[in-house]
Amino acid sequence: MTMAPPTGTPGTPGTTARGVAGGLGESARRPDGGPKVRGEFAFAGDLWADGMLWGATLRSPHAAARIRSIDVGPALAIAGVATVVTAADVPGSANYGLEERDQPVFAADVVRYAGEPIAAVAADHPETARRALAAIVVDYELLPPVTDPELALTGEPLHPDGNVFRHLTIRHGDPTARGPVVVEGTYEIGMQDQAFMGPEAGLAVPAEDGGVDLVVSTQWLHNDRDQVAECLGLRPDQVRLTLGGVGGAFGAREDVSLHVHICLLALRTGRPVKVVYSREESFLGHVHRHPARIWMRHTAEPDGTIVSFEARIVLDGGAYRSSSYHVVANASCFAAGPYRVPNAHVEGLGVRTNNPPCGAMRGFGAVQVCFAHEGQMDKLAAACGIDPVELRLHNALDHGDHLLTGQRIDGTLPVARVIRETMALPLPEPAADELLSRPGAAGRTTDAPHVRRGIGFAVGFKNLMYAEGYMDGSEAACVLVDGLATVQCAAAEVGQGFVTLAQQIARTVLGVERVLVAPAETASMGSAGSTSASRQTWMSGGAVEQACLAVRDQLLAHVASTLGCAAADLEIVGGAIRSVPGAALDVDIAVEDAAPGVPFEARRVFHHRVTLPLDADGQGDAHVSMACAAHRAVVDVDPELGLVRVVQLATAQDVGRALNPLSVLGQIEGGCAQGVGLATMEELVLEAGKVRNASFTDYLIPTALDMPEVVTTLVEEPEPGAPFGAKGVGEPPVISSTPAIVAAVRAATGVDLTRVPIRPQDVALADRPR
Amino acid sequence: MDVSVPRTLDEALAALADRPDAMVLAGGTDVMVGVNAGRQTPTAVVALRAVEELRTWSVDGDRLRLGAGLTYADLLAPDLAAMVPALAQAARTVGSPPIRNAGTVGGNLATASPAGDTLPVLLALDAELDLASVEGRRTVALRSFLTGPKRTQLRTGELIVAARVPATRPHQEYRKVGVRNAMVIAVASVAVVVDADVGVVACAMGSVGPTPLRAPRAEEWVAGRIDWGTGVPDAGVAAEFGRLVAEESRPIDDHRSTAAYRRHAVEVLARRALESTLAGVARAEAA
Amino acid sequence: MTDTTYSLNVNGADRPVAGAWLGESLLHVLRERLALPGAKAGCEQGECGSCSVLVDGVLTCACLVLAASAVGASIITVEGIGPAERGEMTIVQEAFNDAGAVQCGFCTPGLIMAVHDLLDRHPDPSALDVREAISGNLCRCTGYGRVLAAVEVAIERSAR
Repeated sequence: MTMAPPTGTPGTPGTTARGVAGGLGESARRPDGGPKVRGEFAFAGDLWADGMLWGATLRSPHAAARIRSIDVGPALAIAGVATVVTAADVPGSANYGLEERDQPVFAADVVRYAGEPIAAVAADHPETARRALAAIVVDYELLPPVTDPELALTGEPLHPDGNVFRHLTIRHGDPTARGPVVVEGTYEIGMQDQAFMGPEAGLAVPAEDGGVDLVVSTQWLHNDRDQVAECLGLRPDQVRLTLGGVGGAFGAREDVSLHVHICLLALRTGRPVKVVYSREESFLGHVHRHPARIWMRHTAEPDGTIVSFEARIVLDGGAYRSSSYHVVANASCFAAGPYRVPNAHVEGLGVRTNNPPCGAMRGFGAVQVCFAHEGQMDKLAAACGIDPVELRLHNALDHGDHLLTGQRIDGTLPVARVIRETMALPLPEPAADELLSRPGAAGRTTDAPHVRRGIGFAVGFKNLMYAEGYMDGSEAACVLVDGLATVQCAAAEVGQGFVTLAQQIARTVLGVERVLVAPAETASMGSAGSTSASRQTWMSGGAVEQACLAVRDQLLAHVASTLGCAAADLEIVGGAIRSVPGAALDVDIAVEDAAPGVPFEARRVFHHRVTLPLDADGQGDAHVSMACAAHRAVVDVDPELGLVRVVQLATAQDVGRALNPLSVLGQIEGGCAQGVGLATMEELVLEAGKVRNASFTDYLIPTALDMPEVVTTLVEEPEPGAPFGAKGVGEPPVISSTPAIVAAVRAATGVDLTRVPIRPQDVALADRPR
Repeated sequence: MDVSVPRTLDEALAALADRPDAMVLAGGTDVMVGVNAGRQTPTAVVALRAVEELRTWSVDGDRLRLGAGLTYADLLAPDLAAMVPALAQAARTVGSPPIRNAGTVGGNLATASPAGDTLPVLLALDAELDLASVEGRRTVALRSFLTGPKRTQLRTGELIVAARVPATRPHQEYRKVGVRNAMVIAVASVAVVVDADVGVVACAMGSVGPTPLRAPRAEEWVAGRIDWGTGVPDAGVAAEFGRLVAEESRPIDDHRSTAAYRRHAVEVLARRALESTLAGVARAEAA
Repeated sequence: MTDTTYSLNVNGADRPVAGAWLGESLLHVLRERLALPGAKAGCEQGECGSCSVLVDGVLTCACLVLAASAVGASIITVEGIGPAERGEMTIVQEAFNDAGAVQCGFCTPGLIMAVHDLLDRHPDPSALDVREAISGNLCRCTGYGRVLAAVEVAIERSAR
């Protein structure tokens, strides 16, 4: 496959500026940082409109049921209740869905998970709305929920589309090849939640054209818009989305949540409607990371060379499809980890059950399989009598090698380097005898003699951007007047810092420091795609660069025409338009003074290279690019109580190029925290399909006393074809941090842990009933 | 009046008598969770935050009187922590700094959660509670006050005024297991209080029964197996004590943990707590 | 239902509240009635710290305060912690902005309040003191690394 050369590499003469503060490669400050620290930044839940009503959603308490009847009369009779809507009131498509429209806006006759929306109300006060929900009478005929994916595979269909979201088979190499050393294991991953801090929120305002304006926290404005329009029976242009301030996302805002409900309420009442989910409703109202059960068998030569790999991966997709189809692909394609595997057979399954729907979460399928393949690597190292890090180096993938899908890695993938650079990072000091540093901390569970230290290692990788032939693109616009650039793109800023990057790109390309980033919205902009798959730096960063380059060319052409020279004689250097060396004229004009009052505008759509679908054997050039990271974890464990304190995570990450080093560090540390969470505490606990811990009291995420020191090395090998050579950095930190921690706990305790999160009883009662 | 913010205890009791339906609000850390979630709908409120006399403590001979309005943060003050160190240890494990600034001893008692962190300590200290209403005052032993999960002997119109505990038992300890290193509800907890002068060990457990529980059989068994002159137990006593304490626990499986683990955890915690409190006795005797 | 009327002292000003429901938390009243949305509703259980404010100088989760009971108290929110001039920042706010401690920013106002509270009481805390002081402020984006770095910056700048 041919590759485009890198575009706009910083410092390349003729394409970028030098000497403008806040450009690419610097740790430029966020444009929204000041408002955020002052409490002035408007999150979606902070919005308010005159005459606004409050919306609320009634959800099924049952995981599987038939709805015999719904009586909204008692709710409507409550003073202050403006309207109640159910499935019968949905004017357009009854169903929505990120990829396939298989999920009802409101359950009409069948309930498929506990938490499924049944009705929505709009009222004058949140308490009125709550009382109205309590007054709605729903007559359910309870059904036995199917919560085991293996039973769902063979059982009655739970949905007209059946129970298998995808069954992907990968056959690679010689199916009969086997090595003399064999290791086998089964691994389980619990249901993790994205648990962003800002619950789902939106404000819908009915418009005079019969449409609706919706301000909402989301990851993908245009996909939301299309689904909302379909369900409302409106044209897409009648549904105008604007991004409200987003309090974190991590995959959970890729699917529609309150969008259709709130618009329906606004259109029915003719008044603005605000909906803000409670924390409990947030846990019930978005998709989660797929729980998984994964079997793997590796065979190898006695020297550790992997000969064959087999895996069966079962992902519980819950009641509706969301992105299960593609999570199966990722889990399957990257199931073997970043290792050379000549012969493989993988069965990947995504299954419908009556559990809560699962979909995108940071790491997207690679997280689950990494926990399994890294457990296998440690087993294989032990079986071969080789150091586990050496075993990984011995098998490490590199440029020119092939994936399980047969795709040749034609970009950078410095697996061995991230392993070596991680191991080169300093180890932490021996445990200080401080209460708050020990497992259990202020709980005083553990005295110094009870502590055992362990070290573990893991490496992981995944693809960047969408795959399997998806025609992805992002649009950006740029306007430059008197040295003030305004950049616009519908890319959702969810905290990751795209708004900062957009400014940095414009500064570097245009040689101006003043750059505004206009709001992300659908009315004037084309789609930027989703803020997911580590893709916005590449896709929307690429679009912003293209738009800015076009504006720069217009500016230089304009200046050249006024000076009577050729545009090729001019370049932007350090905030000034100058003549290139050897040009006839000697030009040096500040960009802001170059064309007083003349606006330059451009709009560009960026596409990455074409990918292909996988064939019947799961073979094909399905992926754009890959990124890897390694983690070494040091833990202190109280084995008798099974309590874990992560002491240090060391990590080297393949970032291509760090466009904003401080932002990259923030992504790495934040991703590590979610890895610590999955390893040690985070799990949505289900009982007959019902979430038992939908609160921050019981769904525990790491606090400042749970997070270790994170020591980081950025490995910069620019990626061919990527704008500025940069790889997305959000996902790799969350992939191998979890297995590294588990390996460290295994090392400290000698317990063969095969499930995450590690529960205290898994360690403390390893040899007994738990 | 629907909302009353009295400044004295008498005003508070009068307000409560006036509105028996009133929700009593101390730190709000339990009650407001219920209100925000729609589980409790107040029709009237008596807020105790301005009743200064509830937020005091005093020592009378060998008894310490803890006002019900003392916050967890108040319990961390060095002079109080010196008298009831286990109470300070328990207080430090409650929620987070803002929660410790708000939540009160009285609130912990009135909520009567099996996981309430101060309760095992107060139970092991044989705390007595002063209760008051416009009808009069009475004193109830904590042991009988707690009648079930989130159930107490507190009557309508009655407030918890104070808890009274011994001020002179420095050998005491609280240990708590949670699945996170901060801001976590106890999966299991143990309080051990040693009175070396009379040769008594008291032990209470949290989150392993419908209420915090004492372990009377273990207490009785262990008392005779310690050399009270030196604070040194017979060989293997601490381990056996842990086993006996665990036998007296009544844990259940729930979304936070399993009965088997909770039983195991109180065994380990009781053993460790006995060992370290007796080590303290030994140090004191040697000094 | 909405018939409770009272006045709160917020950021130094008396702010009337009329026609409120009795059960409204201080957080709700600040955000929805007094146009002060800086304190965030992340859990309404006191578990996330995003709604932290100062009540009579004490760091408090606004979600756990019944608004009608806060009459007579002095309430300071993130909007009132800094200089009044628009765009100005406290040393802590500036440190957060400079050190990369802000990503989505939802937890940020609560963290700003917690760090102010800590440094007002202990100008030179140990690293573990800082971690304990912010252990009630959940952050899902940063892993706390840059937050802790920002606190160090604030301590250093405050000492100058």
